[in-house]
Amino acid sequence: MTLTIATSVDQAIALLASGARPIAGGTDLVVGARQGKAPLPDQLVAIDRIAELAELTSTDSETRIGAGVTHARLMTDGLIIERHTAIADAAALVGSPATRNVGTLGGNVMNGSPAMDTGAPLIVMGAEAELRSADGTRRVTMGDLWTGPGQISARDDELCTSLVIPAGGPGSGSAYVRLEYRRAMEIAVVGAAAAVTLSDGVLTSIRVALTAVAPVIIEIGDLDNLIGGAPDRALHGAVAAAARDQATPISDLRATDEYRRHTIGVMAARAVDAAARRAAGEQIPVPVNRSLGIGAAQ
Amino acid sequence: MNPSSPMSPSSPMSQQINLTVNGMTWPVAVETSRNLCSVLRTEIGLTGTKEGCDDCECGACMVLLDGQPINSCSYLAAQADGREITTVEGLADGDELHPLQRNILSAGGVQCGFCTPGMLMSAYALLDRNPEPSIEEIRIGLSGNLCRCTGYARILTAVHETAVELNGA
Ligand SMILES: Cc1cc2nc3c(=O)[nH]c(=O)nc-3n(C[C@H](O)[C@H](O)[C@H](O)COP(=O)(O)OP(=O)(O)OC[C@H]3O[C@@H](n4cnc5c(N)ncnc54)[C@H](O)[C@@H]3O)c2cc1C
Ligand code: FES
Ligand code: FES
Repeated sequence: MTLTIATSVDQAIALLASGARPIAGGTDLVVGARQGKAPLPDQLVAIDRIAELAELTSTDSETRIGAGVTHARLMTDGLIIERHTAIADAAALVGSPATRNVGTLGGNVMNGSPAMDTGAPLIVMGAEAELRSADGTRRVTMGDLWTGPGQISARDDELCTSLVIPAGGPGSGSAYVRLEYRRAMEIAVVGAAAAVTLSDGVLTSIRVALTAVAPVIIEIGDLDNLIGGAPDRALHGAVAAAARDQATPISDLRATDEYRRHTIGVMAARAVDAAARRAAGEQIPVPVNRSLGIGAAQ
Repeated sequence: MNPSSPMSPSSPMSQQINLTVNGMTWPVAVETSRNLCSVLRTEIGLTGTKEGCDDCECGACMVLLDGQPINSCSYLAAQADGREITTVEGLADGDELHPLQRNILSAGGVQCGFCTPGMLMSAYALLDRNPEPSIEEIRIGLSGNLCRCTGYARILTAVHETAVELNGA
């Protein structure tokens, strides 16, 4: 086994082409290997010291988050909190301070877990992953990237360099809410992200995506008929019903399928409510889970 | 040595790396799959860092990497090549305990003591980035550290007292 510490994207890509696997924070890769999920790859390339992957930049039209940006940075970065609040909500829920210090957005995305927390926020914001290999650069939507639990459509020689997210115009707001049994070191029982735009109190766009209720993170379809309405209880009810309808949850140690199907409706409605309140200018601190009192009280 | 050199030519299974621990640099040859916790304990001989769950759950193995807490049981030593590591042995100033250590003792925040080194490292990093944390912020700062003995209240008190003490000084 070897581990090479790469200092440039080109160096990392060359190593991937010769069969190495990337390691960023290692919080999925190393922990998974130690739990016996998959052995550590024979050749590793550490990508956490590549300056380009730690860049977080923005223009009027888009935000570009380097794949190596950590959860700790996402949850405190002013631009992310302002423009892409749901991503900050999600990053703030990941593991513990130690997990968030080294765990990266790229690692979360490329690990492809259906319970990953940044996935639903990225979907509702229309993010795309930029993948680079010796053959060039391409972009894929999140929906095209995730193909099954722990499975992605990216090739082994492709490095995710960044996540590119449209800026979202005036009147937009977003939120990510997850059901958790405790307030740290937890995995989503279910989760929901919403991004909405309001104009004069009327809904002009709405996207909602769901965590841990299907083999991949899914977006709720057919919400366009809700556009033009007010962000009221009828809207919450309609989103909750659609979420329950389109979820295909499983039963496991953490929850039954029935419980997941019920609670995904609750979480989706709460995410839409929080997103709409943020869109209307209300300041709800990150993560929104805390002000909703989710997770055991002290 | 060059941080990008993949392994020492003499041993195909191990890599030559430099770990700077509490200010002292240790050249060590480690198998790539070795975790930092075991290298600190067996190669460098610093057994203050504990292995509890060995599964990234309990925080007994918490050390600082360039000042930020990491779970050393689940971090490859080779990935820490050339970086600064701080362990619990690095907190005291000679015979003088760090105020966090003194206060966790006097508050009764140590029973079996197995969680204590990890708690101290998380608390140290917290006070470094946030010198005046609220009790809620202390809870979040220590949320990756489990204690099976004390019930946490005395540990929270010790961290809070330390913050007050350090800010008053
Ligand atoms: C205690 C604990 C708690 C956790 N809690 C949560 C949680 O609450 N929510 C959550 O979503 N996750 C959680 N996780 C999982 C994990 O921390 C996150 O998924 C994290 O974002 C992974 O990032 P990483 O940099 O550590 O990835 P790594 O482990 O380094 O990599 C993960 C996978 O992605 C690949 N990879 C990494 N970066 C790239 C890249 N740029 N291009 C191509 N492939 C890449 C690696 O080869 C590997 O297959 C937790 C993990 C632990 C140990
Ligand atoms: S020993 Fe590392 S977290 Fe428990
Ligand atoms: S004192 Fe025993 S585990 Fe904390």
